Amino acid sequence: MIKQHPTIKSTLIAFAYLAPMLIITLVFNIYPIFKSFAMSFYTKYDFFTDKVSALGWANYKFIFSDPDFYLSVRNTLIFVLGVVPFSVLLSLIIALLLHRVRFLAGLFKTAYFLPFVTSTVAISLVWQWIYNDQYGLLNAFLSHFGVHPIDWLNDPHWAMPALIIMTIWKGLGFNIILFLVGLSNIDKRYDQVAQIDGANAWQRFIHVTLPLLSPMTFLVSVTSVISGFKVFDEIFVLFGGSPGPGKSTLTIVFYLYQKFYSEWKYGIAAASGVVLFLLILVVTIIQFWYSRKHVHYA
Amino acid sequence: MTKKRISQALLIIILTLGAITMLVPFIWMLSTALKTAPETVKVPPTWIPKHMQWQNFVTAWHAAPFLTYFINSLIVTTVTTIGQLFTTILAAFAFSRLNFYGKNFLFALFLSTMMVPGEMLIIPNFVTLSKFSLINTYGALIIPWLASFFAVFTLRQTFNAIPNELYYAAKLDGSSDWHFLWTMMVPLSKSAITAIGILEVIGSWNSFMWPLIVTNTAKVRTLPVGLNAFTSDAGTQFQLLMAASTFVILPMIIVYLCLQKYIIAGISKSGLKG
Repeated sequence: MIKQHPTIKSTLIAFAYLAPMLIITLVFNIYPIFKSFAMSFYTKYDFFTDKVSALGWANYKFIFSDPDFYLSVRNTLIFVLGVVPFSVLLSLIIALLLHRVRFLAGLFKTAYFLPFVTSTVAISLVWQWIYNDQYGLLNAFLSHFGVHPIDWLNDPHWAMPALIIMTIWKGLGFNIILFLVGLSNIDKRYDQVAQIDGANAWQRFIHVTLPLLSPMTFLVSVTSVISGFKVFDEIFVLFGGSPGPGKSTLTIVFYLYQKFYSEWKYGIAAASGVVLFLLILVVTIIQFWYSRKHVHYA
Repeated sequence: MTKKRISQALLIIILTLGAITMLVPFIWMLSTALKTAPETVKVPPTWIPKHMQWQNFVTAWHAAPFLTYFINSLIVTTVTTIGQLFTTILAAFAFSRLNFYGKNFLFALFLSTMMVPGEMLIIPNFVTLSKFSLINTYGALIIPWLASFFAVFTLRQTFNAIPNELYYAAKLDGSSDWHFLWTMMVPLSKSAITAIGILEVIGSWNSFMWPLIVTNTAKVRTLPVGLNAFTSDAGTQFQLLMAASTFVILPMIIVYLCLQKYIIAGISKSGLKG
């Protein structure tokens, strides 16, 4: 009646169901992965005819001797290190507070999550205006504390912090939702037992809540790191299509975009994409390796 | 009791301050959008415009082909979402209920592709679409996004939770797989499907890098790309820029406010962005 083992007939039926998704995925997700790796070795390539007349390591040699590429890797790492710890910590704190509040929780969630659903382009324009050195809201606010106007978007020292602040603001709600899920999955009895044993609120947080929440903290960190490595839209809009003053916000994806779209150097762009992929892979593996020791699955 | 009340009040104060900080950019955007040009550059800045300039929205709307952009975004988002839901429902059903050769291999293959950053695929996909002369068409904006393994993965989990007994019973009654899928599985998974759909609507509406690369005429531009192009025309007319930003953001805010519970449920279940 119910077939446990696949037969040729059941396979044919299943592939009929899979076909639409399979075709699109093969053409636009799987094939381009291999094609990307291949393209990174194309040293003489005619895009219009898709003809390759020479292969080699030249693209990799180029990017690894290009100071701009090193700069982009460095900036990307600074960006990730600037965003992820603050974002994880802030969203954890807010989620803990939201979890305990009994009134207005829904309204608060709406407010914190709102930036996540808004267009990055539109909201980056708003932040561009907030960061305006002469008339911007932020400098007006800071002037109350005697801070002199900062040229957030044109000063190479402040461009990266400006980008980081905006990114944290935009991604906070998403992380808060994940932490709230993690918190609601924790069995209240653990906390009660610890309370009976005489643990105070801080001890209970450190020894009960935090370890039980660690799988979610891990998930939030991994997704934040991955999306941090891929930052592009925010930079493009915030700095009007440029990689920031003095290339101070030139990231790997921006480098890829420039090589591909502005300079038409497909091989070099593909090589930088491969490096991006490997970087994300290595960092994710390190996070998983670290998690095996420090994440507690209840 | 009083101690508890004080701590609740303190919590609410802290959370309110946080929420206001989160909302300030939106309020500032609206406030600027309603100001006259001279008022936007007043120091110190004002929060409530002296004379509400509602016509700024009309001026901004006509300053660039925003109607075209809006229609393009609407078409691209609708077709992408419906198409993706269709391919997702069929594929999730196959992975959840059907037996076939290569099932585990395919599943593992798809799962491993999720590790690859989409930015890496832009170049070969651009070349593929150029070959089919699809650059600068709706096709380029829609076709690559008609399938998402992430969505399949999420929906498969929901489908798996539906008891097998229902499936066996339907089979005994002589119901076909196709019939069972659309009359039982899909209605039973309505909230998961809605969540996947809304997340795709938001993602598609706000998408920027891909539409930026595959379009270069106003005719096919979507709203975010059009808005970005508008920035060079608007220059320092901040009231117009903010008015334009407002009508790009507004549709998703409305979607979000109406369907909030599905969005949050969707993220909670999958824990990943699309």
